[in-house]
Amino acid sequence: MKQAFKYAYLAFIYLFLYIPILVLVIYSFNDSRFSTNWQGFTFSWYAQLFEDGPLMEAFANSLIIAFSSSTIATILGTLSAFAFYRYRFIGRKVTYSFIYVVMMSPDIVMGISLLMFFITVGLSTGAATLLLAHITFCLPFVVVTVYARISGFDRNILDAAKDLGATERRMFRHVVLPMLMPAVIAGWLLSFTLSLDDVVVSFFTTGPSFEVLPLKIYSMVRLGIKPEINALSTVMFLMSLVTVTVSHLLIAKENR
Amino acid sequence: MEKDPIVRLRRVTKRFDDVVAVDSLDLDIYQGEFLTLLGPSGCGKTTVLRLIAGFESPDKGDIVMNGTSLIGTAPNKRNVNTVFQSYALFPHMSIFDNIAFGLKMKRFEKSVITEKVTEALSIVKLGGLEMRKPHQLSGGQQQRVAMARAIVNKPQVLLLDEPLSALDYRLRQEMELELKRIHRKLGITFVFVTHDQEEAISMSDRIAVMNEGRIEQIGTPSQIYEEPQNMFVAKFVGEINVFEGRIVEIHNGSAVVDIHGRHFKVQNRKDFANGRAVKVLLRPEDIMVTKDEELQGTAPALAGKIEEVIYKGKTVDLIISLDAGETVFVTQFFNEDQEDVVYRHGHRIHINWPYGWEVVL
Ligand SMILES: Nc1ncnc2c1ncn2[C@@H]1O[C@H](COP(=O)(O)OP(=O)(O)OP(=O)(O)O)[C@@H](O)[C@H]1O
Ligand SMILES: [Mg+2]
Repeated sequence: MKQAFKYAYLAFIYLFLYIPILVLVIYSFNDSRFSTNWQGFTFSWYAQLFEDGPLMEAFANSLIIAFSSSTIATILGTLSAFAFYRYRFIGRKVTYSFIYVVMMSPDIVMGISLLMFFITVGLSTGAATLLLAHITFCLPFVVVTVYARISGFDRNILDAAKDLGATERRMFRHVVLPMLMPAVIAGWLLSFTLSLDDVVVSFFTTGPSFEVLPLKIYSMVRLGIKPEINALSTVMFLMSLVTVTVSHLLIAKENR
Repeated sequence: MEKDPIVRLRRVTKRFDDVVAVDSLDLDIYQGEFLTLLGPSGCGKTTVLRLIAGFESPDKGDIVMNGTSLIGTAPNKRNVNTVFQSYALFPHMSIFDNIAFGLKMKRFEKSVITEKVTEALSIVKLGGLEMRKPHQLSGGQQQRVAMARAIVNKPQVLLLDEPLSALDYRLRQEMELELKRIHRKLGITFVFVTHDQEEAISMSDRIAVMNEGRIEQIGTPSQIYEEPQNMFVAKFVGEINVFEGRIVEIHNGSAVVDIHGRHFKVQNRKDFANGRAVKVLLRPEDIMVTKDEELQGTAPALAGKIEEVIYKGKTVDLIISLDAGETVFVTQFFNEDQEDVVYRHGHRIHINWPYGWEVVL
């Protein structure tokens, strides 16, 4: 009896989490433009989606920005986490705390302050400023993820590498980086998803010449939800499903 | 030990904030010896090793190896390798790659690496486990990998920081023998750290007893055990009984000490003056026990009674409370000729010792 209740509870939670997505997926195949009634199965929304030039362009832009910002943030973040762990310098603790400040500050504050910064230094908003902005808000997440793993290391392992003749650089390359890999991958994936669905910061830091998907969708839904959007969301959901699965497999492999 | 020292620490001081971990320490380490740093937790043993390895640099003083100062030389440039207490194996590498790491850093050829790693594995008796990962090995095997990873580089000095402390008792004894065998086989200088005095005594050529960042005494195991220079060494290495007394007569090379009104003849190695308060130290196995009814003549002895008899197999330990109030710990070896000597709780006895077996401080 108790067991049954537990399973029911679990099922309820999962239903609550996944029904909205399931509904969205189902409607992306519904052969009706406005109605929420089931009118038959169709792929036409997907076909329309892929023929919608501007939408596809925004999608491509989003992928490019997400990919490059998460990659750059991961490289910078991993190096800084290593520096925080390895070297004792003045202001180390304060600097590390500021990383949390960036992480916690509301998107809107971040967006506006970045915009003001770009205006001050005379950068016109577009792809470059958007990339900088995305790197900025992804960076702390990478640092924190990687630092959490590195601080669990036995410090003697680094000493052992030096002891056996490794230079600082080769120690990083052959010992630190392989041991950090699961955290580095996790940090990259986190950045990638953060960047891909960011609306607020992007809104302030990109220009009219460079449109990204979340902003595009946002402007589209103001005129009502079209089935194409359902189809697009389904595609994006599928993508994140694949990324999560891949990352799980990678981390599992790394830990073996 | 007339040879020149291979490593020489000269008035080395290392501070961590307000803690003086190593305090103006002098130490000479000779080619090929098995030197043990022995001391209680926190006395600076690890710090000394880390200073030699180069992970820490001294605040004051100099560390010289083969006649040249090591100050400013990075750890990866020193001809010294370390076996860490936690082993510190690289978890993501196979056993082979762990052991090969040092050779790869020195850019040896592949075939040479394979050859040397195989040799090191056979020295530590681990052949066949090359492709495993560290976490797939037992503690004892990981310990051997850590050894192999260090010795494969043929360092001039091997530093071992409590390498056996994580092993259980039996494995530890086995590894003690292994370590001695490897030391003999390679002829490398070993600097071994432990806080276990039995381990130190059974393995070392020389022992440096450390306390609060300084060396209290350095010498062979028997010097340390038989002739402790001060109370710290006497008490840290093995059990010892301490009797308070006063010198009442001085002779040539010997003296007479008054302990609880009894006069004992002792050696006066330190040339103490008449009237001086001294401590007479005796190891449990150096004390003789005589039953009252067997007491002959007027040989000086201290009276007491047996409180506890602890049968140990080869020996029997007695806890004796003297009439003067002290508790004395005595170890008696079984004597084949005197099988009728049986000690019981409550027996009245006398204790004394052969002239010269005592240490007077
Ligand atoms: N990195 C450090 N930072 C601050 N204090 C330290 C550091 N390393 C050592 N100490 C201090 O220096 C003293 C000596 O430490 P050390 O590790 O050399 O002792 P030890 O003899 O190896 O002890 P144990 O037997 O417990 O390993 C201790 O008081 C310790 O707290
Ligand atoms: Mg230590």
